[in-house]
Amino acid sequence: MNKAINNKISENISFWYDPDKRSIVYQIGAACLFAFVAWYLVSNTMTNLERQSIATGFGFLNNEAAFEIGESLIEYSAADRYARALWVGFLNTLLVSFIGVLLTVMLGSFIGVARLSKNWLINKCAAGYIELFQDIPVLLQLFFWYAFFYEMLPSPKEALSPFNGLFLCNRGLIFGIPQTHPVYKYMAIAVIIAVIVIFFLKKWAKKRQDLTGRPFPVFFTSIILIIGFPFVCWLLGGTPTDMSVPVLKGFNFKGGLTISPEFAALLLGLVLYTAAFVAEVVRAGIQSVNRGQTEAAMAIGLKPGQVLNLIILPQALRVIIPPLTSQMLNLTKNSSLAVAIGYPDFVSVAGTAINQTGQAIEGVMLIMIVYLIFSLSTSAFMNWYNKKMAIVER
Amino acid sequence: MELHAKNENKEIIKPPISSVGVLGWIRENLFSSPFNTILTIIIISILWFSIIPFLKWALIDSCWLPDSNCRETGGACWSVISSNYKIILFGFYPQNILWRPITAIFLLVSLLIISRNRNYWNAFLGYSWIISLVIMGILLKGGVLGLESVDIERWGGIILTLLLSVFGLTAAYPLGILLALGRQSKMPVIKTFCVFYIELIRGVPLISLLFMSSVVFPLFLPEGVSINGILRAQVAIIMFTAAYIAEVVRGGLQGMNKGQFEAADSIGLNYLQTMRLIILPQALKIVIPPSVSVLISAFKDTSLVVIIGLYDLLKTTQSTLSDPKWMGFSAEAYIFIAIIYFVCCFFMSNYSRKLEKELDTGL
Repeated sequence: MNKAINNKISENISFWYDPDKRSIVYQIGAACLFAFVAWYLVSNTMTNLERQSIATGFGFLNNEAAFEIGESLIEYSAADRYARALWVGFLNTLLVSFIGVLLTVMLGSFIGVARLSKNWLINKCAAGYIELFQDIPVLLQLFFWYAFFYEMLPSPKEALSPFNGLFLCNRGLIFGIPQTHPVYKYMAIAVIIAVIVIFFLKKWAKKRQDLTGRPFPVFFTSIILIIGFPFVCWLLGGTPTDMSVPVLKGFNFKGGLTISPEFAALLLGLVLYTAAFVAEVVRAGIQSVNRGQTEAAMAIGLKPGQVLNLIILPQALRVIIPPLTSQMLNLTKNSSLAVAIGYPDFVSVAGTAINQTGQAIEGVMLIMIVYLIFSLSTSAFMNWYNKKMAIVER
Repeated sequence: MELHAKNENKEIIKPPISSVGVLGWIRENLFSSPFNTILTIIIISILWFSIIPFLKWALIDSCWLPDSNCRETGGACWSVISSNYKIILFGFYPQNILWRPITAIFLLVSLLIISRNRNYWNAFLGYSWIISLVIMGILLKGGVLGLESVDIERWGGIILTLLLSVFGLTAAYPLGILLALGRQSKMPVIKTFCVFYIELIRGVPLISLLFMSSVVFPLFLPEGVSINGILRAQVAIIMFTAAYIAEVVRGGLQGMNKGQFEAADSIGLNYLQTMRLIILPQALKIVIPPSVSVLISAFKDTSLVVIIGLYDLLKTTQSTLSDPKWMGFSAEAYIFIAIIYFVCCFFMSNYSRKLEKELDTGL
């Protein structure tokens, strides 16, 4: 019946007044416009590339890079190919983002909690920190810390040394590390095994509690396991205690581990900047949990630790995690500012490659693809998390 | 009655002196428990040992006059600012006609201050914004009314920073609204374009767009045509900001009640009328506070043009610092421009918070 009326109406209205037909026309128009602009730009680009005799395609990745990279996680020399140089940059980006995210979450949560403190002084200090670091461009902060390392710190000869084995100078932060020994590899494996054991232990403990109601001290057992396993390894491996202590030789330090001023400045700038935003996220998350929840939890006899773990955190985290992930993503994207202070991250290496080969389009495309991978995987994680955490309504 | 009499006879007991007034406040807020007391003492000592030396460095041991010999005093060298402030603030703008950018900035600031009050938001203010932007453009560019023409390449320092952020946002806002409407549209082709654009831009850092504007964009143009670097960077910033504005506006559109659309349909308004008269006025009002946050980050992000070599506030400072005479005084120079950025962003974020409170009708 309804359909019949609709048919009758559509017979009577003219082409332009039918929204369905009109929208098809609009869409074809938009697609044509897009295709025309794309064709125009591509044809211009083609003629320009030909005129300037710039090669196209990703063939350049197999050519010799012929530039050095300051710091690298893997072996690299100027004789290696562009592909490897870019891989070095990619790993550097991952490294600075990973460490940055860890430190930011710690510092940000700490300041966020401090912002809620009843102690007036702590509260205001946290508020001041948040306001100050949010309102200064991150690039300016990076430049400041870079200048701090290069100009304000003394030369290696007069390096600041708060305690033996740690030196702070304009060559970076240098500290002693244990001498390489095969046992450390086994200790790392032991940590991984401990984590797996803890994972299953947690599952078992939850099952037992569900069945019998008897709780199991998972937290303390986990700490003992995660410290105990590697420690036993270390004892079995003959307790190596040799340290590689940095020693001043000539104009620089030998031995130990050096954190370059570029890396340190980048990390410091990114962490201090992003932590201010994370602090606000954490504060909002904690405040979002109704006070009645705490009171109700205490009324049914939970201990303060349990109130936090079982009642407050699960609800606060649901609010905190989505904006927190986007801040983590921001940190990763901001790590591209490394190019301004000379830390060889992906953008910086790709920029050098663009300058050398002139293949700007491919270079910029690579940069975009890499960051798109980061952001798409983050949003995939977010969707999964939101689904998992969605409140199951009765 | 008896109760009343009783009360009259009794002296009113005051609360103990330790719980009212300054003492009470200190006790309540700083020393309420042993743990709090320890924290307070730690914080005070940290502040004492960091702020006192800082103040000594910044104010007491410092030198302020231009061209004084800084290296002999142990403190801050603010002469780096007082000797070079013209270069830092205005870049290579001809120094004999600095009154023009100063007037333009003064005009902008006074308009911003007037616009803070929502009671003045009307058509008249809108027109005065448009007229003032034109006047500012004429003042900066010159070439008419007997004003000496100044090449855009020579605009620098704070002029460039303000230009990139103010024009960036003014141009990005309409574009962002269009993108948001496109994303909400029922036409699959248009929706796909918009979603693709927004997600692509939001997924990549601004630097990659700026790189694109400086090295890829010239390849797009036909032979013989070239656009100067500032405009290209401006386009990149507009494209970038528009994607973020689009997401903010989309939030507002999604917050609209479905009844509003249906009511507009039922009184026979077409799509444009519905959007212009019913939906956008309400949706845009909701998103004013988050838009101010986008403005703040756009303002901060303009500093990134340093990387492609434009002379904004940060770059002019660095070029001053590369002069051997001023080498080594980065801290002072960076603190100076940090204060400029901080003051601007602080007022904007304060304003956004104030607006949020005003617009929050509790619904």
